[in-house]
Amino acid sequence: MTHFPRTLIFGGILFSIFLLGALISFVWTPADVEILQITARFKLPSTAHWFGTDHFGRDIFSMIMVGARTSIAVAVVAVGIGIALGVPLGLWAAANHGHWLDDFIMRGNDLVFAFPSLIIAILITAVFGPSAFNAIIAIGIFNIPVFARISRGGALSIWTLDYILSARVAGKRAFRISAEHILPNIANLLIVQGTIQFSLGILAEAALSYVGLGVQPPTPSWGRMLADSQTMISIAPHLALFPGFAIILTVLGLNLMGDGLRDILDPRIRRTQR
Amino acid sequence: MNFFVKKVATATAILLSSTIISHAAQTDITIGMQLEPPNLDPTGGAAGAIDQVVYANIFEGLTRYQADGSIAPALAKSWNISDDGLSYTFHLHEGVKFHDGSSMDAEDVKFSLDRARAEDSTNAQKALFAGIASVDVIDATTVKITLSSPNGGFITNMAWGDAVIVAPESIGNAATNPIGTGPFVFSNWVQGDRIEISRNDNYWGNPVALDSATFKFISDPTAAFAAMMAGDLDAFPGYPAPETLPQFAADPRFTVIGGNTEGETILSTNNKDEHFSKLKVRKALAHAINRQEIIDGAMFGYGKPIGTHFAPHHPDYIDLTGNSNYDPELSKKLLSEAGYPNGFETTLKLPPPSYARRGGEIIAAQLRAVGIKAEISNLEWADWLKQVFKGKDYGLTIVSHTEPMDIGIYARPTYYFQYDNPDFQQLMTDLTAESDPSSRSAMLKKAQRIISEDYVNGYLFQLARTSVINSKIKGMWENSPTQATDLTGVSWTD
Repeated sequence: MTHFPRTLIFGGILFSIFLLGALISFVWTPADVEILQITARFKLPSTAHWFGTDHFGRDIFSMIMVGARTSIAVAVVAVGIGIALGVPLGLWAAANHGHWLDDFIMRGNDLVFAFPSLIIAILITAVFGPSAFNAIIAIGIFNIPVFARISRGGALSIWTLDYILSARVAGKRAFRISAEHILPNIANLLIVQGTIQFSLGILAEAALSYVGLGVQPPTPSWGRMLADSQTMISIAPHLALFPGFAIILTVLGLNLMGDGLRDILDPRIRRTQR
Repeated sequence: MNFFVKKVATATAILLSSTIISHAAQTDITIGMQLEPPNLDPTGGAAGAIDQVVYANIFEGLTRYQADGSIAPALAKSWNISDDGLSYTFHLHEGVKFHDGSSMDAEDVKFSLDRARAEDSTNAQKALFAGIASVDVIDATTVKITLSSPNGGFITNMAWGDAVIVAPESIGNAATNPIGTGPFVFSNWVQGDRIEISRNDNYWGNPVALDSATFKFISDPTAAFAAMMAGDLDAFPGYPAPETLPQFAADPRFTVIGGNTEGETILSTNNKDEHFSKLKVRKALAHAINRQEIIDGAMFGYGKPIGTHFAPHHPDYIDLTGNSNYDPELSKKLLSEAGYPNGFETTLKLPPPSYARRGGEIIAAQLRAVGIKAEISNLEWADWLKQVFKGKDYGLTIVSHTEPMDIGIYARPTYYFQYDNPDFQQLMTDLTAESDPSSRSAMLKKAQRIISEDYVNGYLFQLARTSVINSKIKGMWENSPTQATDLTGVSWTD
């Protein structure tokens, strides 16, 4: 454990930059993103506006910072929903392995999993109205089966181990065994999966905002910045480039982090490396 | 090496030959349209896209609109009006044939008008024909129309795309195979892609310069830009991406036309809303808006500021923008007087067009500056119609009212902005009964003043109809007095 894989370090740095930007944006941004200055629109990057200005004369650098906040907040809560509901479901299913309840829970999960997630997210936001809240719910729902499967799979292999048998012999109920013995042992899996789901959450938020179903203006969002700049790409390409790179780099950073974390945490990989 | 020389020679030859070909004047044209018509029967559908293909090209009426909005004879070469203004005798052109070879005569006129005004008619503009008492055939080229009461606008009514003359034998299939009397014949419709028309060699009137025309449907503004730039399209009337217009304007290959439309773009205000029912609040709203910033920011400079619900190119228009000049300090003062020193929260529900979406962001920022927090929600048309137009569940919205002369909507208390002023309603009733032009003009001016001084809605700008066309094309309409892409006068200069 003394040295971290390079992917983890590189990915961690990339993601930290955006996380830091998002956190700083709570107290400071170079310019107010809610004040429009039409006369100062389409300015190219300069010392006054590091990333230039958009079609309303807003500072793109500030918008990327606040947009990072939007993306990360939506993804964190959406992954949180997935973990909070998916993990207990998975553990419950594993504890009832062989029972009809296991089948019932997992087939229910398969049902949700079978739908193309983004299409259903669009459906949800289209029916309940576009807002950050509905975007979070929509993305969150599709994280549930992912975490349920992962935790059930992990839990099943642990249920067969001797120390679980002794815990059962000692009279512990399935609920306590799941919470005290199984959950800590599948935490690695969940962390790795969580990182990957987090990057997918950021992509999904950008996609929903791109089609106009995510957070509503004036709150900046990378996806909507892309959509707004679409028809202006020939006159002011920097409007699309910066949010585009922000999405790419954040997702790349998170995926590299996920890879790195798996290298450290996944017991199977650790074993083969030795 | 030899091979290379050969290649260069071939390439040069191809280049040369293509230059030679391009010197002959082009006789076909490809026109971009954002919306595809649902069918091609102008007498049975309301969609404006139908007339944008067929009006004056495939179908003709007794009279027709010209590019400047005036009315000219079409299938009727002349007409007499009786002294009491009740009967119109139309004299038709002789030898007019439908595209299927059958002749167009007074019987077809009677059929078309009787069909349009029938009880079970599906005509989208039945009101145009409501005053007709009877249609009588005098002889093959003379038809007499009797009205139940005098109507100064009857000749104009007959110029509408909904009043075109059709034949009983072919009208049944007009939705997919329109057969009219016009200078172009329908030839092909590839659903979702394009409609092709070609010259009618047996046309009764002046022959057109073009051999064929293609209407290509491109809904995405980015794709429209690319297709125009690549030369796949020769013209795009009502071009959907104003942000790219400066680029076309700077390019000698293209001409940008900024014509006017009948579209008053307004910040519609729910007059029954708890905040906006107060006149002071509506006045504060009007003074918080910087129109020029909206025109520049949302429409890239295309659009004329308006201060009331009336088209600036109309002779009776009066400029009332001074009633609602941009004055945020006055706006704040009015808000405190109305009991909102710290402003209030409301909703701003926006339909899809870019004037609304972009304009909405700008207006929300302008309102924030005086303390009104307008929460934006971007809606699709169906949701907008349900929530705002029918449900009246909104504070503010932005929409362009594109119907001509539609100030009468302010006399409808149940209309979505819910303005209820008995004086105004009386004025509109009087206007309908009045026939003297100068009194009518005075009444229309008074009506404009009432709604402007009542600050019923935020009056923003007259929607421009910007068209991008190839510089070598002559004869396209600049303005849009009616929904049409009239190709009869269009030609290539070389």
